[in-house]
Amino acid sequence: MRRYFARKVAIYLLTFFVAVTLNWLIPRFMPGDPVLRMLTRTSVSNPDAIAPMREYYNNVFGLDVPLWRQYLNYWAELLQGNMGISVWLFPAPVTEVILDAVPYTLALLIPSILLSWYAGNKVGALAARRRWLDNTVLPLGYALTATPYMWIAIVLAWSLAIIAGIFPVAGGYSFDLQPSWSLVFFNSLLQHWFLPFLSLFLVAFGGWAIGMRNMIIYELEADYANYLEALGAPRRLIRRYAFRNALLPQLTGLALQLGVLVAGALVTEIVFGYPGLGRLILMAIQNQDFFLLQGAFLFIVIGVLIANFVIDIVYVLVDPRTRTGMTGGAA
Amino acid sequence: MSLRVDNLKVYYRTLRGDVKALDGATFTVADGEIMGLAGESGSGKSTLGKSLIRLDTRMRLVEGGVELDGKPLPIGDQDAMNAYRFKAVSLIPQYAMSALNPTRKIGKMISELLGARGVKYSEIKPELERRLDLVGLKREVLNNYPIELSGGMKQRMVLVLSTLLNPSLLIADEVTSALDVSTQRAVAETLVEFRDREFVKSMIVVTHDISLVYQIADTIMVMYAGKLAEKAPADVVVNAPRHPYTQLLISSLPEVGVRYADRKLAGIPGSPPGLLNPPAGCRFRDRCPLAFARCVEEPPFVEVDKNHHVACWKAQ
Ligand SMILES: Nc1ncnc2c1ncn2[C@@H]1O[C@H](COP(=O)(O)OP(=O)(O)O)[C@@H](O)[C@H]1O
Ligand code: SF4
Ligand SMILES: [Mg+2]
Repeated sequence: MRRYFARKVAIYLLTFFVAVTLNWLIPRFMPGDPVLRMLTRTSVSNPDAIAPMREYYNNVFGLDVPLWRQYLNYWAELLQGNMGISVWLFPAPVTEVILDAVPYTLALLIPSILLSWYAGNKVGALAARRRWLDNTVLPLGYALTATPYMWIAIVLAWSLAIIAGIFPVAGGYSFDLQPSWSLVFFNSLLQHWFLPFLSLFLVAFGGWAIGMRNMIIYELEADYANYLEALGAPRRLIRRYAFRNALLPQLTGLALQLGVLVAGALVTEIVFGYPGLGRLILMAIQNQDFFLLQGAFLFIVIGVLIANFVIDIVYVLVDPRTRTGMTGGAA
Repeated sequence: MSLRVDNLKVYYRTLRGDVKALDGATFTVADGEIMGLAGESGSGKSTLGKSLIRLDTRMRLVEGGVELDGKPLPIGDQDAMNAYRFKAVSLIPQYAMSALNPTRKIGKMISELLGARGVKYSEIKPELERRLDLVGLKREVLNNYPIELSGGMKQRMVLVLSTLLNPSLLIADEVTSALDVSTQRAVAETLVEFRDREFVKSMIVVTHDISLVYQIADTIMVMYAGKLAEKAPADVVVNAPRHPYTQLLISSLPEVGVRYADRKLAGIPGSPPGLLNPPAGCRFRDRCPLAFARCVEEPPFVEVDKNHHVACWKAQ
């Protein structure tokens, strides 16, 4: 057990190291020069002024030292929680910009992923035993998972926001409000949150429900279920076992979902103009703000690693088969 | 008489029609009898075995009845049958390797199963442990997950569990085919021991390996294409079979009594008829070297000698 976890932690640390290195490398080889971009934005017309300003910005961004130094500096800064300065929102520190956006993304993704997982598994398990439910959930589920996400999001925004006017179309909160701890503001947050949340919930829900239904039916036909039936075990007991065993692959699925968490929100945040990490990434790309891009990606990588680590632990707790794999087992 | 089966017909419903996998079986198994049930793959052995404990959703009881210890066994009624399962009729399935829920500790699973059947685990645990000792399993296996046991250990575990409530009838389906030769022998001997200790009254040991079952069975029944071909005491079946199919079967064995690992019933030219629309008359007719005009009529399964039943016109 100890060795297993030690090995896991080592693997995660290695992954982290590689991810940070790649993360540092990639933007540097992307086309475009961020400093030049800033200079054009401030529309400096005097060519004599460009050189010193360029020097100044290079210094601010730490680009005036050799690459290897930049790399080491990057690590040193990173370990202090410092990810540089945003080009797009100059001179806001990247960490600050990201921390402003993260709550929105998390508030969107965590409830939608967890709730859709929970509800999908519940409904899928029920569908596996009630015919009428099966006949409605299954086609609905397939329809939901087969529809491109973009489509669902746009249809929701169009029908419930633009046509019916029940929900706001875009943004994280009403433009005429300032963030504050007031009920009015909170209410506005909630209203803006609902549609993007619903769109994410719906697509994921269909997939979970179908997966669970199929897994349960598969488990109910497994040998152990047949044996229990031959020994006269009540349906209830067999279903309980089947449910538990069917949940294991769903748990892996959940881990993967949590893993690709932010990629999923990218489209949502763009469609609904929601001010989370996804939109931040888009902005960073559009403005060639590679410090911000790095910061966002790094945040995603850390999220993925943490999610997977947690799921690893949960899996060990619920599935004895992984546990024996760790100790070598008694053959 | 422990078990009496009367003209039992069980078919599989398929889109193309009924597969007549068990087409009129009449036989008895006495108290204390271990009956080997032999026949090549697809002859209906498992269908017969399953019929006696649990019809699956595709199986249909067409005709006939079963009596156990003088009382009718409601095999066609899933709910009524439940009371008899495990307690009166029990099963060691063909898939014993995967018969235990992989995510439950064995002891916990047993206690949940027993609890659901109205038996107190704590009361039966001492007996369970005695039987584990008997088959050479450590008591700690109850704290293990199935995956922690080897194939032979799982087989013995299932054997102990299936017989824990001292059923009148045990059906053991191909219990040895997944094991290596030495383990096969041990499991077969354990079956005999369980009978001798009266954990089980009578047994039907399904196998395609006559040479193995010959060593433990009191009687052997041979099936062919969904019908009974012959039933007689084990040494009579092996040394003086009367049905042409049994004769070919026995002569294709190198030497009965010697262990030949996983000896398949093969070597008879031709193949058995499909059971969707089997031909009328003797189903062995196409392959039978002795076939003659009368064989277009179906030969009845009759007693030609004491305790020796054969379904063949030539044997009467
Ligand atoms: N679910 C099923 N549906 C249709 N036919 C089946 C089914 N199960 C078994 N059969 C047929 O019934 C016959 C007997 O099968 P089985 O009892 O399993 O034979 P054995 O155990 O002797 O190998 C075979 O011809 C097989 O093809
Ligand atoms: S009845 Fe005829 S065909 Fe059938 S086994 Fe006997 S001799 Fe052969
Ligand atoms: Mg079989």
